[in-house]
Amino acid sequence: MGEELRLPIAADVDVVEARQQGRALAAVAGFSSGEQTVIAAAISEIARNILMYAKKGEIILSLVQNGDRQGVSVVAIDQGPGIPDIERAMQYGYSTSHGVGAGLPGAKRLMDEFEVDSVVGRGTTITMAKWRRAI
Amino acid sequence: MEVPILRQGQYLIASIQSALTDADLSHLREALIAQVGRSRCRGVIVDVTALDVMDSFAVRTLRDITHMARLRGAETVIVGIQPDVAFAMVQLGWTLKGVATVLDLEEGLAFLDGRTKERVVESKPKKPSSRG
Repeated sequence: MGEELRLPIAADVDVVEARQQGRALAAVAGFSSGEQTVIAAAISEIARNILMYAKKGEIILSLVQNGDRQGVSVVAIDQGPGIPDIERAMQYGYSTSHGVGAGLPGAKRLMDEFEVDSVVGRGTTITMAKWRRAI
Repeated sequence: MEVPILRQGQYLIASIQSALTDADLSHLREALIAQVGRSRCRGVIVDVTALDVMDSFAVRTLRDITHMARLRGAETVIVGIQPDVAFAMVQLGWTLKGVATVLDLEEGLAFLDGRTKERVVESKPKKPSSRG
């Protein structure tokens, strides 16, 4: 539902752009400014992950609705090397690059829904969403 | 976006003016550490008031700046973490352990004044204190 925002990720300025667009969309969905920052931080992590491992990819942002709850959906798609051991990649403090090992598990902590779909040699798709707390 | 680094007395003040890319953050780290030596300063203040998010890379970079500056003889204090940013950091379990953080620039200067005084006192031979 609604339109989606497709953002190419190929340089570190794109990471900043993606998280700022995500914050703006979260504001439209009615999230508090604290939650907007949380969503922006999660987008920053998965966008950086695209850059680090796949070099390029795409972030798709959209508003979602479930009954009377509003939320923001974030999908990160790349055709990179894929994640050989997802369970390990999701461990806090584990990193195969030079990060702090908090990228994917950090994003998962920040969002309500988080799903990784990855095929080695084909690429990775991360789908995550955050819902507004009922008033 | 380059972060301006100002010198005030014995301290360096890096004032982040906008959202930063990873490359900007790395550049800030290099510039600060180099300048700590060049200007023989004793303290570093990083003002993050304008930083939009504190993600894993930003946290790591601030921690690295603190530890690297300390190895070069300067104390670092982070100032201006916004309430929303603090909210997200706490959800991530990031408390910036081992990194000094205070509310604003004024507090940051006071913090460094205290710290650098401590260092001078530490290096002086102990003598009985006249104060209770």
